[in-house]
Amino acid sequence: MIRKRSFAIFIAALIVAGCGAETETRDGKKIVNIGHVGPLTGSISHLGKDNERGAEIAVDEANELNLVIAGVPVQFRLLSEDDEANPQKATVVAQKLVDSNIVGVVGHLNSGTTIPASTIYFDSGIPQISPSATAITYTHQDYETAHRVMANDEQQGKVLGDYAVKTLGAEGIAIIDDRSAYGKGLADEFESAIKSAGGQILTREFTDITKTDFTAILTKIKGLNPDLIFYGGMDSQAGPMMKQIKNLGLTSLFLAGDGVQTKQFMVLAGAEGEGAYASSPGLPLDQMAGGKEFREKFKQIYREDIQLYAPYAYDATFVMINAMMRANSTDPVTYLPFLRNTDFPGVTGRIRFDERGDLKGGSISLYQVVNGKWQYVETIGGAD
Amino acid sequence: MDIFAQQILNGLVLGSVYALVALGYTMVYGILGLINFAHGEVVMIGAMIALAVVSILLSAFPEMHPLLTILLAGVSAILVCMALAFLIERLAYRPLRNAPRLAPLITAIGISILLQNIAMIIWGRKYKTVPQIFPTETFELFGASITSVQIFIITISAVLMTGLLVIVHFTKLGRAMRATSESQRVAGLMGINVNKIISVTFMMGAGLAAVAGILIAGNYSVVHYSMGFMLGLKAFTAAVLGGIGNLGGAVLGGLLLGLIESIGAGYIGDLTGGFLGSHYQDVFAFVVLIVVLVFRPTGIMGERVSERA
Repeated sequence: MIRKRSFAIFIAALIVAGCGAETETRDGKKIVNIGHVGPLTGSISHLGKDNERGAEIAVDEANELNLVIAGVPVQFRLLSEDDEANPQKATVVAQKLVDSNIVGVVGHLNSGTTIPASTIYFDSGIPQISPSATAITYTHQDYETAHRVMANDEQQGKVLGDYAVKTLGAEGIAIIDDRSAYGKGLADEFESAIKSAGGQILTREFTDITKTDFTAILTKIKGLNPDLIFYGGMDSQAGPMMKQIKNLGLTSLFLAGDGVQTKQFMVLAGAEGEGAYASSPGLPLDQMAGGKEFREKFKQIYREDIQLYAPYAYDATFVMINAMMRANSTDPVTYLPFLRNTDFPGVTGRIRFDERGDLKGGSISLYQVVNGKWQYVETIGGAD
Repeated sequence: MDIFAQQILNGLVLGSVYALVALGYTMVYGILGLINFAHGEVVMIGAMIALAVVSILLSAFPEMHPLLTILLAGVSAILVCMALAFLIERLAYRPLRNAPRLAPLITAIGISILLQNIAMIIWGRKYKTVPQIFPTETFELFGASITSVQIFIITISAVLMTGLLVIVHFTKLGRAMRATSESQRVAGLMGINVNKIISVTFMMGAGLAAVAGILIAGNYSVVHYSMGFMLGLKAFTAAVLGGIGNLGGAVLGGLLLGLIESIGAGYIGDLTGGFLGSHYQDVFAFVVLIVVLVFRPTGIMGERVSERA
């Protein structure tokens, strides 16, 4: 008997403790969990941590405002998970977050992880905003939960195609891609943009992410004498490729997407990287609406510089909180339609979503390697 | 400029490296009948060690003559790889020498994975860049461009391969190696220290692999912990193509494979009217392998069993 009663008390205590920890703070505020996922370990963990910090600043700032939703004071809490940039791990942590009663998620960082995870969020009705996944597929699965605050590869491919033909004056163009979801997607969009802009595709060549020897395809390309070579892929291949282009005596311009607009590219390509063009979604930090201010704030808190996408993670988090405020509800089902109708002045610019959840009028910036550094050239699109 | 000449040249550069690595496969197979799948990883370790030594030398003695820097890096890489190969053979393969053939094969695959992961832990997941020690000069040859590094690759490979053939065919050590490959038992009865010969064979293969690693690192300027895997498979293919166990065959197979890949990638699109693109580069190489094996199961030079080293 005694044992039975103590067991019941134990269960009751558990329930009470559970409720207290999960839904309310000590001062009676309702706890609202927002998930964040990015690679916090592994080779691009610096970017994942950067995103996490962006989201963290947003959550802290929102809490300082003492927001009240549906008459109840709320306290936001960021539950951050590590997907190791691994698609399988991404689905595991996505499920874990869904099970921890999050009302929305900011993430993931990579396209490869964002896409499989988006199915889990969609099935559970959890609104998702990726700060940095650019693959087209993510928002083309007809998931009303999927959003992003960065221009996608379709927009990027178009801008790059137009730029190649109209600004750089390239007529004959050779395209290489690495057969990855990102590289192939970007190259496809680039190709159709070239065709509609009146350029000519001389050849389409392929490689893969395990290769470092591109001499055979580059030699073929050299025989066609293109004005420009476009590469859809990452910096690890683009670096050695650039060296081989110069060694073979090719004089064509080199253009690539955001996978190449990195410091690593410069390290790998060395002096041969000079003159290469690459794009990156969004504006350079200094030209963002609140870029300088955010940089100062970030540095003050973490005593480190922003790596890459932190401002996007910050905006994504605030866009989500903003939608809850307008809906006057933290219930995902209720605030999701409000999220789709966002019009928010973010640090990275004005944020609105189209019917797919893509950023409306997302801008693309172009950079060129000058004296061993990526130099900002111009921004195309956006600010409409 | 002549595109065809350029593709031939690309193929020769690629093929020379394949040949160097293929020799290691074929030597070990000739003696033990073992496919040493860890051989590709030895190439990677060689490149990594050379890069580490070069980096240290460049920061500690920036005034040092570039030739000396490369020489020191090369010697250390070769020594480390030889020691590594000795240890692999001693610890992993020798205890299994009388085991069923599948056991050492699976051990070899295990060693390959182990070495890759150790390298990943030590040197990280990122592609590492190789500092440029010599300024790359580009020359014109029969209408094709060739860099000083590529000339170096072809020359070094040719010298080493000739050297190896001379050792195997004209020295006492070579005779012992050939005898061991004929029959370990009989060679042992004739007073040959079979264990020593097998160790030496592994170490010679590893030395060549280390050089191949350095040449690749110098040519492409990047090294990565996974760089040895595909290269190992290609070199193994080259060895089989030429006739595994046959030294001349490994050289021929390596050069052929390089040429096939290069020409395949360059012309496959035009030959098939755009139906197949350059992503069939590897497929093309392996189809050639299959065709050769269907008509000549022993490989191109495989029948001269008596010359196995």
